[in-house]
Amino acid sequence: MDSKRIAVPDRSACAACGSCMDVCPRKAISVFRGSYAVVDDRRCVGCGMCSRVCPAGVILMEVRP
Amino acid sequence: MKSVRSAKRHWYHYLWLYSLFFFAAGFFNILFAWLGLVSFLLPLVFAFGFGTKGFCNRYCDRGQFLRMFGGQLGLSRGGSMPAWMKGKPFRYAFMVFFFAMFGNIIYTTWLIAHGAGSLSEVVTILWSVRVPWQWAYAGGVEPWVASFAFQLYSLMLTSEIIALATMLWFRPRSWCVYCPMGTLTQLVCKRKASSEEKMQEGDFAK
Repeated sequence: MDSKRIAVPDRSACAACGSCMDVCPRKAISVFRGSYAVVDDRRCVGCGMCSRVCPAGVILMEVRP
Repeated sequence: MKSVRSAKRHWYHYLWLYSLFFFAAGFFNILFAWLGLVSFLLPLVFAFGFGTKGFCNRYCDRGQFLRMFGGQLGLSRGGSMPAWMKGKPFRYAFMVFFFAMFGNIIYTTWLIAHGAGSLSEVVTILWSVRVPWQWAYAGGVEPWVASFAFQLYSLMLTSEIIALATMLWFRPRSWCVYCPMGTLTQLVCKRKASSEEKMQEGDFAK
């Protein structure tokens, strides 16, 4: 069953530092070609760890569409 | 800030030890500061060679240091960065300023190598405070070699102080948001990704 929430990074503001990728327990978030973070929505369980660690605070936890 | 533990420990999570080694070694022998060039070259190898920010993402000793002390040990207050600090104008301006300072180091080294300047055995913190550092240099190399080491150590120590300040105040790896090397390699990666995409589109059009 899909989680209620999902991580949504702001691509234009992401610095691609990889902090989110490092803490994700499900390997659901990665840095795409050194440019910005992307989330695999099938793996993301909405735990919010990436959002808490993102230094720029540009990963929002949103209700899964 | 509540400490956030990584999903799994890897060897690169201990690279913060290299940061400690670098600054400790440079304290006793300034020539170790030349190792600082690794932090300039490796991110570029990842960006130009592989089109990734692999260095920032895993192998940056400073990033690991900030994660360890700010995140794992919980020294970070965890506040939000102001919008201007994470915006592109500041990030690009800081990158240009930082590399201008690096260019100045190379120019000064060049002058000394050509006999037009003299070696000063000081470490300059935050581009203004000159701290005598003569104990770390016993001679034995060309003056320009020592001069470059003193200046590079100054730049590394200055950026470390700024990084630690924002680590304490904001989130642990807030330095990574405006890190000049990180901004530069992200630009390289974005350019590389978009040009490869265009090439692929060209292939499909054939």
